[in-house]
Amino acid sequence: MNIITPSTASAAGAPAWRAWIPLAALALFILAVLPLCLDLFRLNLVGKYLTYAFVAIGLVLCWGYGGILSLGQGVFFGLGGYAMAMFLKLEASDPESTKIQSTPGIPDFMDWNQITALPALWEPFHSLAFTLLAIVLVPGLMAFVIGVAMFKRRVGGVYFAIMTQAFAAMLSILIIGQQGYTGGVNGITDLKTLNGWDIRTDHAKYVLYFLNAGLLLASVALGQVLLKTKFGKLLLALRDKEERVRFSGYDVAAFKVFIFTLAAVLSAVGGAMFTLQVGFMSPSFVGIVPSIEMVIFTAVGGRLSLVGAVYGSLAVNFGKSYFSESFPQLWLFLMGGLFIAVVMLFPNGLAGLADSVRGAWQKWQARKAGQMTARGAPRTPAPPEDEPAAPTALRVKGGAA
Amino acid sequence: MSSARIVLAVDNLSVSFDGFKAVNDLNLYVEQNELRVVIGPNGAGKTTLLDLICGRTRATAGSIKFKDMELTRMPEYERVRRGIGRKFQTPSIYENLTVLENLEVSYPRGRTVFGSLFFRRDAAVMERVKEVAELIYLDERLDDAAELLSHGQKQWLEIGMLLMQDPELLMLDEPVAGMSVSEREKTAELLTRISSNRSVIVIEHDMEFVKRIAHRVTVLHQGKMLAEGSMDHVQADPRVIEVYLGH
Repeated sequence: MNIITPSTASAAGAPAWRAWIPLAALALFILAVLPLCLDLFRLNLVGKYLTYAFVAIGLVLCWGYGGILSLGQGVFFGLGGYAMAMFLKLEASDPESTKIQSTPGIPDFMDWNQITALPALWEPFHSLAFTLLAIVLVPGLMAFVIGVAMFKRRVGGVYFAIMTQAFAAMLSILIIGQQGYTGGVNGITDLKTLNGWDIRTDHAKYVLYFLNAGLLLASVALGQVLLKTKFGKLLLALRDKEERVRFSGYDVAAFKVFIFTLAAVLSAVGGAMFTLQVGFMSPSFVGIVPSIEMVIFTAVGGRLSLVGAVYGSLAVNFGKSYFSESFPQLWLFLMGGLFIAVVMLFPNGLAGLADSVRGAWQKWQARKAGQMTARGAPRTPAPPEDEPAAPTALRVKGGAA
Repeated sequence: MSSARIVLAVDNLSVSFDGFKAVNDLNLYVEQNELRVVIGPNGAGKTTLLDLICGRTRATAGSIKFKDMELTRMPEYERVRRGIGRKFQTPSIYENLTVLENLEVSYPRGRTVFGSLFFRRDAAVMERVKEVAELIYLDERLDDAAELLSHGQKQWLEIGMLLMQDPELLMLDEPVAGMSVSEREKTAELLTRISSNRSVIVIEHDMEFVKRIAHRVTVLHQGKMLAEGSMDHVQADPRVIEVYLGH
């Protein structure tokens, strides 16, 4: 495997601040360049795409580094998004604006489904504090439980991926089936205010865009710090030699549970920001297809690059909106083709491509410099290799045990 | 040596895979600071024995006691934390990390999730890393990616990763397989040095090498102990010659 990782790439002794340049460039791009270049409609779209990037950076940590492929991150994105939507919906359903319903004061879709009282599950979502906690804790707890159940039993690889698919299918079927409680296939719509603050105004859209971008950048920074710790190195170690890590005294399952839970919480924050910026939440962001799309964003951006995953989310979604406007029937084929092309040609995605371009540039620079100064400067000699031992006469019947 | 403390006591140990008894009613006692070599033909159960001791395989019957602690129900990482280190047959190192990081990650502090998040590479860690790196002949290669090492160096690195944990019992599965003559020499020296203050179990086929390092030799055959004692004693045993050493 010739995967370039930050740890080996930085072994040459580059100063530590260099590792932060890509993040600074990303911050400049999404905090300054995009808001200055795009109109509010397009910027709001970017904001939406950046909420997917939360899922993508979670996948970089969990899949790229930890080797745990989850095809069900939509579950956590959806749980975060729904928790936010429930709060907003309750606020939008005050008795005054729902007085034409047969039961005023409850969300409209409940009234359409002959529900006459607010379900107990919805009650606590009157509180913003509870909602904010629920956005993080509900998906976190669910990921924790799934993680403990799977990883303690050493379910991994493809089997784990299939299980996460099953959870994504279950949650979306549950939401669609329980129309009276969840808004069904339409989702939760007509969201208006957050604690009295209208989220539909131009001003609010700008504020939410920057809040979202700030949270995303903070999450990327958190991820970078995490990967620099011993925990980060253990993740890489775990991906390549799980047995070695286990027999070095680590409870491997605990590490997997932690990173899977962290990825879930990040996804949930993205989901909540999605609801705020787009103004609704529906099961179409929960099920199998969106979950797989999110893996594609990560793969295109580069599954070993947190910053790359953000660009990947932007690039694929811009492509999606452009192509689905121009060639609506072809889009899905293009998306599939893109995924195959990335996996076959650039296994490390955009970030890997950037790395190899930079490597080629540095090589060219070095060669140019080398020609100008001493020709044939001494190269570091390769370590001497002994010839393998001749089989000893006493080496007995039957080689390896 | 008979008065020395028993570190590892394996009693009536058996494991069967679908009825096949890979290890069958085995007894084995390893003393403090002893270097024991386990030999035997293919399928004798040598690697399975190590798997049973470190927890990779669960025993069907019998007991494994390490310093009078029963191990058979203990999770793998707990056994490691009690002081048992295991080297696998093929070099099992983290190719994507540097030599230094490989050793650092094996340092027995910060072994929990949160411990590892707040782990700092302090002077004590670096001192231990340097000490071990010197011992395994890799002190010049600390900043190189582990994937760049030669096969023999990778074997040493894995031994070094275990030494970082300062285990009381170290188990090595064919540590010199695929090594050059000079690498074998160095490995023999290394093993002699590290067994001065810990017990070591080595599985090996190279009889010259076994002769050089072994304090005592155990011969396994079909999951059972065939003979045990000094190398000379074992080599003279007609049953051992029959099933293993050849005429």
